Amino acid sequence: MALRILCCVKRVPSPGSRINLTDDGTAVDATHLGFTTSPHEECAVEEAVVLAEHEGGTVTVLTLGPPESVEQLRYAASVGADELVLVATDGAPWDPQRTAAALAEAIKRLETDQETFDLILFGNESADSGGFQVGVRVANALQRPMVNGIKRIELNFDGDGPGSVSARRAVDDGFEVYELPLPAILGVKEGINLPRYPTMRGRLASKKLEISSWEGEAAPGGQALVRLRRPVEQTSTTTILGNSAAAAPAVVDLLEELGVFDR
Amino acid sequence: MTVLVLLEHDRGELAEAARQALNAARPLAEELGVPVHGVLVGEDAAPLAQTAADFGAEVVHVATHELLSDYGPDAWAETTRQLGDALDADVVLSVGSDRGNEVMAHLAARSGLPFVANCSRIAPNLGPWSITRIQWGGSLLEDVTLAAPRKIVTIAHHAAAATPVHPDCRAVDLRLERFEPELDESVAVTMIRGRDGQRRGSTLSTAPVVIGGGRGVGSADGFSVLEELAELLQGRVGCSRAATNNGWRPHSDQVGQTGTRISPDVYIAAGISGAIQHWVGAMAAKKIVAINTDPDANMVAKADYAVIADLHEVLPAISEEIRRRRDA
Repeated sequence: MALRILCCVKRVPSPGSRINLTDDGTAVDATHLGFTTSPHEECAVEEAVVLAEHEGGTVTVLTLGPPESVEQLRYAASVGADELVLVATDGAPWDPQRTAAALAEAIKRLETDQETFDLILFGNESADSGGFQVGVRVANALQRPMVNGIKRIELNFDGDGPGSVSARRAVDDGFEVYELPLPAILGVKEGINLPRYPTMRGRLASKKLEISSWEGEAAPGGQALVRLRRPVEQTSTTTILGNSAAAAPAVVDLLEELGVFDR
Repeated sequence: MTVLVLLEHDRGELAEAARQALNAARPLAEELGVPVHGVLVGEDAAPLAQTAADFGAEVVHVATHELLSDYGPDAWAETTRQLGDALDADVVLSVGSDRGNEVMAHLAARSGLPFVANCSRIAPNLGPWSITRIQWGGSLLEDVTLAAPRKIVTIAHHAAAATPVHPDCRAVDLRLERFEPELDESVAVTMIRGRDGQRRGSTLSTAPVVIGGGRGVGSADGFSVLEELAELLQGRVGCSRAATNNGWRPHSDQVGQTGTRISPDVYIAAGISGAIQHWVGAMAAKKIVAINTDPDANMVAKADYAVIADLHEVLPAISEEIRRRRDA
């Protein structure tokens, strides 16, 4: 039986050294930034593609966001995703409850047409809003088990196909091991793999892939955005210790002064 | 009516996050005019009750059930949900650690309530509350309103240690209550089944000295000059996301929003431009020394000290100088 894996990804700004805001303070001004797939989720897609390659199966990538999110879907296809789904919004940020409700509905809809997804992967949290909850809410709505913070995934097979998943969460002194019956949901963290870069062939193929799309519909939840703002920056003056290797004694003086020299 | 604090622990060892959560709960409870209650999930956590009291929990509930043998997000969330109902809690609060955010998300999903993660300021109002939370690992603040009969929140991680109510401790009377939740096997599905791996000396997150390398290092081999200095200072080597993505270093060395947050006495950032992604992982360092050929690099601007030169010349010179002084 072919494995079916779903990845939920989010389009996020890719900031450099400073985050600018739009004039009304409700969004990050991405004019000079560009957008990318939230890093944990880029790893989720890679993990799904590797699992599908090894075990035989398909990878569907689902995103909720503005119509421009097709860029992130195409990117996922260029590194191996088979099916793409966009739940479109008007571009305004959706709160976590609303996002999760629309995603859960979308997954139910996808599972009516085809079979249940054996495994659904989310990122541990999105890089921008970082609500730490959308995957958990979706799991609750679908009545499937979910654990977050996963850095290693192994599928366990029984006679008929994949029966359960072993998932490891990195902690300070090693790994916690979880065993979930399938279908299950996992939130993965960057570091679980090193995502591949798209090949030219992958890029070309991704352009032809059809994208299923519909307008998202869900009621807003109890958390409402008022505005974004930058924290007051601590004005620090940088002491320049030198412009060449001749600065080494000054650096070591500093290390002595800070008490980290005598070790 | 209470502020209920989830006291994070691992097999009976109290997490620093639990103390921080109590620290954050006290002023909030005072403003609301309600007591602070703490919940310890699992019999093995019962010995921690006195510490919880020292840090301001007026009542400590120890939740016991045969299924509560280890950590599991569903078991902890369902237990906390039932206790929150029993106490008619106004607020359920934890710190935004991996477990804190995970349990609160499950609790909120089970309760059909909103959950606001990583708050830095909470202002209770009669109507919706005004809350400030962090985005982008703290580079951005988000003001939100929260409308819910029970407020489920986590507090953004603080680098600073929490302080007990009374410095001499043991000054607070311990009021301990048993709580027996009604649980069925379904909550056990997501419990920890085992542990593996092992502790490797000082970890990146706790190392007193970190030498970080970025794109400017140029190659995997280029990190040898960082390794050399780290060894001399008994520190650890870290890196930026650019170094990880190039395959020069394992992800476990990555400092940043999606890697490890460090808080060393000294962070030497070599050949790192200082993008937001990296900065939020490094900003808790007490002193930062940037080594970069670009005087306009963000890392140089944010550092306390800088050397504007090639790291491949400066780092070996620093190592040499350290050896020279130690031999003297």
